Amino acid sequence: MIVRILSEGQYQVEGKTLEEITELDEELMEALTHDQPDRFHELLNRIAGLVRSGVALDISNLQESDLILPAVDTTLEEAKKLFADPA
Amino acid sequence: MGLMARVSTIFKSKVNTVLDKAEDPRETLEYSYQKQVEQLQNIRRGIAEVVTSKKRLELQMSRLQQSAAQQDENARDAVRANRDDLAQEALARKQGLESQMAGLQTQIDDLAREEARLTDLQQKLQTKVESFRTQKEVIKAQYSAAQAQVKIGEAFTGLGEDMTDVNMALQRAQDKTESLKARAAAVDALSENPAFQNDALPSSGDSIRDELNKLKASSSVSDELAKLKAELGQGDNA
Repeated sequence: MIVRILSEGQYQVEGKTLEEITELDEELMEALTHDQPDRFHELLNRIAGLVRSGVALDISNLQESDLILPAVDTTLEEAKKLFADPA
Repeated sequence: MGLMARVSTIFKSKVNTVLDKAEDPRETLEYSYQKQVEQLQNIRRGIAEVVTSKKRLELQMSRLQQSAAQQDENARDAVRANRDDLAQEALARKQGLESQMAGLQTQIDDLAREEARLTDLQQKLQTKVESFRTQKEVIKAQYSAAQAQVKIGEAFTGLGEDMTDVNMALQRAQDKTESLKARAAAVDALSENPAFQNDALPSSGDSIRDELNKLKASSSVSDELAKLKAELGQGDNA
């Protein structure tokens, strides 16, 4: 799967790492819905670390991503706004 | 569903908005390269705005530094004239200015990070635009018109994702500079009229905390006054 970290780039991630990412991603969504900024940041950084352990795609790559992670310095408020924004 | 899949869904609709603004090669193979160049120019303008905001803050910083130096000078003169009351007031103003300066520095650092991020993204996007241009020609040469249309369409969507990424980063930076404007006006007023420093200790919304903060501020003014007196050889033991 191709995973993009916003403001950073795209990575190819497979297997166990991808499974781990998917699990943490569920928790990340929970942290957002339960308004837990510390947990949100911790998870965001952990997931980003896992994504970066994958294979970085070449900069000239023009493939669509399967999953997109917000930029690691995204605040909980900004993330909420992202979901509230109809566009 | 996890957060990343949701972001991905939201992103797809944003990408479509970006692509609709550009000329979509899914409809015509001969799209306008000009539209992508416009997009890049748009980002450059965004970066320039961040730089302008940062420069404005830096200018304010140097004005606050001057005002703080002036208050320090005032305090010294007051001590020499044995006017502790005036010295205390000058030092309180100086501390107010210093706390404003610390806040300002955080914002300057923040904007410097945004500038670096946007510059990096803009360079990457430039590479992607070039890559798209090359790939399009290769695809056109290798495939039938119908197949080429599909393949170029895919690459174009990929490019759209990058454009959306940069646009979002730009929007975040713009939101930040926007929220700085009100504060910047307040700081301007402060550096022009240090008497505004009474507002340097904003209410925390907790009256006990406010009182304690005032106490802390006044004791730190007393400490600084004592130090200044010692430095000028006019301490209580002198």
